[in-house]
Amino acid sequence: MSQVNWNNYSCSDFYDELLAAPGKPRASADELCNMLARFSAEELAERKTAAEIAIRTMGITFTVYSEGAVIDRAWPFDIVPRIIPASEWRKTEAGLKQRVQALNLFIDDLYHDQKVIKDKVLPAEVLAQSVNFRPQCVGINPPHGVWAHICGSDLVRGGDGTLYVLEDNLRIPSGVSYMLENRNVTKRVLPELFASGKILPVDDYVANLYDMLASMSPRPGDDPQVVVLTPGIYNSAYFEHAYLAQQMGVELVQGSDLLVDDDDVVYMRTVEGLRRVDVIYRRVDDEFLDPEAFNPNSMLGVAGLMRAWRAGKVALANAPGAGVADDKIVYAFVPEIIRYYLDQEPLLPNVPSYLCMFEEDRKYVLEHLDELVVKPANESGGYGMLIGPHSTKETRDEFARLINANPRNYMAQPTLALSTTPTLSNGLPQPRHVDLRPFILSGPETHVTTGGLTRVALVEGSLVVNSSQGGGSKDTWIVETDENAAAAAEQEGV
Amino acid sequence: MLSRVAENLYWMARYIERAEDTARLLSVNSHLMLDLPRHLPLGWAPLIEMTGTLEAFNERHSSFDERSVVHFLCADAQNGSSILAALASARENLRTTRDVVPREIWEEVNHLYLSVAEHAENGVSPRRRDTFLKSVIRGCQTLTGLIEGTLSYGPARTFIKLGRHLERADMTTRIVDVRSASLLPQNPDELLPFENLQWMSVLKSLTAYQMYRQQVRLRVRGPDVLRFLLQDPNLPRSIACSLETVGHELQLLPRQDRAAATVSLVRADVVDADIQALAHSPSKLHAFVDELQIGFAAIHDMLSATYFVNSDGVPRVTQLQSQSHAGDDDND
Repeated sequence: MSQVNWNNYSCSDFYDELLAAPGKPRASADELCNMLARFSAEELAERKTAAEIAIRTMGITFTVYSEGAVIDRAWPFDIVPRIIPASEWRKTEAGLKQRVQALNLFIDDLYHDQKVIKDKVLPAEVLAQSVNFRPQCVGINPPHGVWAHICGSDLVRGGDGTLYVLEDNLRIPSGVSYMLENRNVTKRVLPELFASGKILPVDDYVANLYDMLASMSPRPGDDPQVVVLTPGIYNSAYFEHAYLAQQMGVELVQGSDLLVDDDDVVYMRTVEGLRRVDVIYRRVDDEFLDPEAFNPNSMLGVAGLMRAWRAGKVALANAPGAGVADDKIVYAFVPEIIRYYLDQEPLLPNVPSYLCMFEEDRKYVLEHLDELVVKPANESGGYGMLIGPHSTKETRDEFARLINANPRNYMAQPTLALSTTPTLSNGLPQPRHVDLRPFILSGPETHVTTGGLTRVALVEGSLVVNSSQGGGSKDTWIVETDENAAAAAEQEGV
Repeated sequence: MLSRVAENLYWMARYIERAEDTARLLSVNSHLMLDLPRHLPLGWAPLIEMTGTLEAFNERHSSFDERSVVHFLCADAQNGSSILAALASARENLRTTRDVVPREIWEEVNHLYLSVAEHAENGVSPRRRDTFLKSVIRGCQTLTGLIEGTLSYGPARTFIKLGRHLERADMTTRIVDVRSASLLPQNPDELLPFENLQWMSVLKSLTAYQMYRQQVRLRVRGPDVLRFLLQDPNLPRSIACSLETVGHELQLLPRQDRAAATVSLVRADVVDADIQALAHSPSKLHAFVDELQIGFAAIHDMLSATYFVNSDGVPRVTQLQSQSHAGDDDND
């Protein structure tokens, strides 16, 4: 007996990624929804179990470090993919490329002439108070003029069906390995749907990443020595560091494996002796990268690395200091930044934002704390946030105090009616909120992943999608639909 | 291959071998104790001395009674040479480098450690000891089999084999040393009726009894057993054979000259040893074992200086070499 009846799927409160209304799948999701409706309860459970086994045997984990013990947790995964029509994705892709291009010009400007400030597009005080601006980087010219080689931008869809950019992660964005592995698992679990060939592949990411890294080598012509620098096994993204190194066929190194010589060249210690390193894909934060230049107590970095980078003897991705644009206050200025550097209208909208540094905005925020989401400028992983509608009086008072004490550090956004997508819960598809993190590679060419990592809040009603806080993920399909169907889908979306 | 990765794999293999051989050492002594008459003043103290842990043992125990010694060597997490601690160290060494070996190897190391951690306390009692020690030996052998059967020929395998065989040579000398002065009474007359028994135990602990019977075709006699364990070129656990493997594996690595020369010297010591003299004098045998162990330490120091350290203090002879190697070396 069939288990899934889409007529009982209650998706009227939010925009749903797969269904336009109960019982009415969108054109791009038609095939998937019909197949799931044909499954018996046993078959659905079987597929779910198959996914769990695949995740275990493929060793897809993320690391939780608590109470002194290192725990490798299985990656929480939902088998029902999230689908985006290819026609919509092409526009999103163009918008992401535009955005990252402008952000890179912006960062480069901040470390050189600071025209953007002289022309009063960005208030000088925003830069003055930025904790991610690195004076050590002023005047440096990284290869291709690019600072944020790898960017992960978080997209959310609001109640009107529009995709908004929620934030740009320009420091060391993670999650791409899970995007790739989610696809591998889904291919095993739902092979029937891939047969039609309408689902666009995602697996060119690693090759593009390697080519981009290799293109940055200071010794053009030679076979460049590329390495991935990890803080080590206690880092929650260690799986990803190891995965990417393995997939690219490069060494996964720790700080202690590298040294910078008097000639400002970076070497790694190998059994053959010291080998020159040309490009470092570093997954260590700026502050820990080089005890000579930043935190002198860092055991994770390499003494002299900044010296080598400044001398142009080694390339670093992402460039130190790129995080200056990865700041929730700077975020609010990105539409202006796009207009300023590219003389174009932004293709992807920002979520409307209130900056507490401006008196008028601050007043509004303090009066509407129970409606807004308040975010500190420089936290990631969903920490330090106030979600107004779910908050208590005490936490709101606490945030009011924090905002008044340091207005520059806070911004607020309306609570978004995040879109939902069917996600299995107790054997039945239920609407759960999702976001999307595509990854953008900027080198001689710009590449955007086909789709990205869809993160899902597994708890009913929850908006928190971070894996460190009970979120899960699912495969993201960019699906070619024929023109008529695509047009129809868009109509439904509006 | 990164020096850190090479060193971790080398130590992982040493610790696995150490756990296995410590189990063998405990097993041979346990059997000897059962077979020998009570009036012979045998004890457990020499095991502590042989594993080089006397100081640590004295900090925790006041007497060399059976339970204290066996517990110390099996289940004491604070004693770096105990089976439990060796497996924990093997696991920690592999944890940061598990990406260079097939996943099953990591899973097996993990499983072995967890199962030993669960059973070590109970495994100490005389009733369960044999089963426990056998399970340790079997687990280590499974791992060795997995590595042999699944790990590609390359630097990872080379460093694992270097570690395993150097540790095996070292530990085999310690097991042979069970027969030396410190364990047995000096008066040969008293010993005579039991001599065969003891040598047989040593052979059995190394799973070498049948091989001995096939190859030597004589009744078990001290000098023959000693020659077999020290010099036999075909017995996998003989010291000559282990050193042969170390020398062979070294040939696969760059810059191996000095380490290889050290191995040759120690190997010559083993091959040229006067077996008759050693077999009839426990004190000579003990001194000889000491000499070999100093040799093994020298081999380790040479490996470490050549492949693992590469610190800022080491002369940078390697830069040119690595440039010229870059073209013809696909191993890393």
